[in-house]
Amino acid sequence: MSISRREFIKLMGLAGAAGMLPGSAFAAKRKPIDMYEIPKFGNVCLMHMTDCHAQLNPIYFREPSMNLGVGGAYGKAPHLVGEKLLKHFAIPSNSLASHAFSYLDFDQAASQYGKVGGFAHLTSLVKRLRSERGAGQSLLLDGGDTWQGSGTSYWTRGMDMVGACNLLGVDVMTGHWEYTYKDHEVIHNVQKFKGDFVAQNVGINEDAMFDYRFADFDGYDEDSGRAFKPYVIKKMNDVRVAVIGQAFPYTPIANPQRFIPDWTFGIQDENMQAVVDDLKANEKPDLIVVISHNGMDVDLKMASRVSGIDVIFGGHTHDGMPAPTTVKNAGGKTLVTNAGSNGKFLGVMDLDVRGGKLVDYRYNLVPVFSNLLPADKEMQSYIDKVRAPYLDQLNEKLATAEETLYRRGNFNGTFDQLICDALTEVNDAQISLSPGFRWGTTVLNGQDITMDNVMDQTCITYPETYRREMSGADIKLILEDVSDNLFNPDPYYQQGGDMVRVGGLDYVCEPNKTFGKRISSMTLNDGTKIQDDKKYVVSGWATVSSKAPGRPIWDVVADYLRAKDTVKITKLNTPKLIGVKGNPGLA
Amino acid sequence: MNRRVFLQRSLASGAVALAASSGLLVPGTVLASWNKAAFDAKDMASALKGAVGSDSVEESADIKIKAPDIAENGAVVPVTVSTTIKDVKTISIFSEKNGTPLVAQFDFDSSSQPFISTRIKMGKTSNVVAVVNAGGKNYQAKKEVKVTIGGCGG
Repeated sequence: MSISRREFIKLMGLAGAAGMLPGSAFAAKRKPIDMYEIPKFGNVCLMHMTDCHAQLNPIYFREPSMNLGVGGAYGKAPHLVGEKLLKHFAIPSNSLASHAFSYLDFDQAASQYGKVGGFAHLTSLVKRLRSERGAGQSLLLDGGDTWQGSGTSYWTRGMDMVGACNLLGVDVMTGHWEYTYKDHEVIHNVQKFKGDFVAQNVGINEDAMFDYRFADFDGYDEDSGRAFKPYVIKKMNDVRVAVIGQAFPYTPIANPQRFIPDWTFGIQDENMQAVVDDLKANEKPDLIVVISHNGMDVDLKMASRVSGIDVIFGGHTHDGMPAPTTVKNAGGKTLVTNAGSNGKFLGVMDLDVRGGKLVDYRYNLVPVFSNLLPADKEMQSYIDKVRAPYLDQLNEKLATAEETLYRRGNFNGTFDQLICDALTEVNDAQISLSPGFRWGTTVLNGQDITMDNVMDQTCITYPETYRREMSGADIKLILEDVSDNLFNPDPYYQQGGDMVRVGGLDYVCEPNKTFGKRISSMTLNDGTKIQDDKKYVVSGWATVSSKAPGRPIWDVVADYLRAKDTVKITKLNTPKLIGVKGNPGLA
Repeated sequence: MNRRVFLQRSLASGAVALAASSGLLVPGTVLASWNKAAFDAKDMASALKGAVGSDSVEESADIKIKAPDIAENGAVVPVTVSTTIKDVKTISIFSEKNGTPLVAQFDFDSSSQPFISTRIKMGKTSNVVAVVNAGGKNYQAKKEVKVTIGGCGG
């Protein structure tokens, strides 16, 4: 579906699009001609992208209809969806901005406004901002989850993305899914990356310290036991900015430790404070920021416990927040942002830094609409070259979608249901389990589902499937364990993604209960109660503790799709919820 | 010289052999006065009584426990305990929900600094409790460590 720029701009005018920057002065005025005029402010511009999950070309990405906040997070950013999200951030309905930030009218708006993201289009935007802000006045930060998420990133072990980021000119990055390649590959990729890879919270296990395999890597610090540089100081004309890295703290728990046996993570907020204190005492930078993969709730808590950080640029939870949250702490206050995912947004933080202090700022989370930005020729040519050897495989048409297939949402998504159905059918199982990742691009109603789309939804370095017996008690344990990862009221005890998706199984979930008490009334699709001691045939993928014996998940899903012409979800296995009525994280 | 080289060289030069031959590493001497009953106790109350003589303990903000919020590996959870309380006789570490809660106990004399760093085994999510016995009284601090199935990268 492609329309000319002129037609598109006419559409914008007709739709009454009031600009896509809700917080800015332009929100009230109609500026249909130049949607990407972002007024300059201050003397430092920090651009932030995060969680692009290796999406080099433009895609569709539907935001969630369910993002529940419990305990202290109830009703606060990021746990707002739909109308409540728009109201909270003063975004006009039925606008380009409401389509970018919420799921409302997604099907219709996506057909109308077209795709988002794409590195070539992002490059044009970044180049424009760099030139408008002036030499030495801007930095591009990447929160990680960059090297994984597409077929080509898997086949090139993340190097396609390292090349793209080098071309884009990413200055500083940190990581999470980067660590799902083998540790020597991570080291290799970091060495090829032209920017700085920072992570204050990645250390070396005591056992490994004895004869550390990467002792020659320049990020390694024997005295502190850190595997990577904790921070980097960037000089931006006369302003010195310290950028501290915070990798995803629970990487060896949420992803396989066996690929990175020597590294240990954790939130390490006491170490973060020590790094900040050391910077203030010795380097004395004018601004201290953190490029973080904690996830927004963890960032909000960390910001309340650590003093001296000016801004935390957040990722991991894929929350596209139009404005930062201000958090008070013993040292003053810290701004916390979160910049969405999949290349859909670019965070633009313009700062006024004077006398060694942050005086004022302007923040815009800018949606990247590929129909509204030119494709940078050099980047597009690089992307085409990367994909060329795999194009036949990626473009294989498997089936046609008869409804919008997406992933994001606390408990389920239509693409997840497709994966679960593929597992139960192809592997002849009663029940299937699929991880609640937050990445995965969207396929619109009426579009072809290609291998490229399937890879976007399944591409990990541990894709093997399993088929085995589990007791009802085991299944309940898994559901209880994962629901606590999501609904533990203390963000430091949350980890990983959304709730595990299920096929062939229905259940009731009470998010506000405590560990072990949230899941009940488990039944098979036909209503038969699940019994603790009875065994069931379960199929799943993405096993963390050891390699599963079956075929890669994308082969299972592709086989399932090839046998069909069209795909429509007949039953969405999503739990009945108790105790969440009125929650602004519920549509 | 750096830590790694020192360790490698000390092993190579037979420093361990030297220590063993001078009787510093013989388990028998240490185990002779081992508090078996306390380590075999299956509930917190009996484990406490066995370890520090009583299950009457006072919460103290002067004990610092450092442990991960979520364990990367339940078999080896790193725990560090330090305290500013004076005249520390013993520091005991418990994992409340373990089959036998008492996990470790360290004796101190007047010249040693009350600081320990060790790794403990935890079967499931539990409070890690550090009990300091000093001046005839027992003080404690707790920290919850979650042991999870893992997965679901997000």
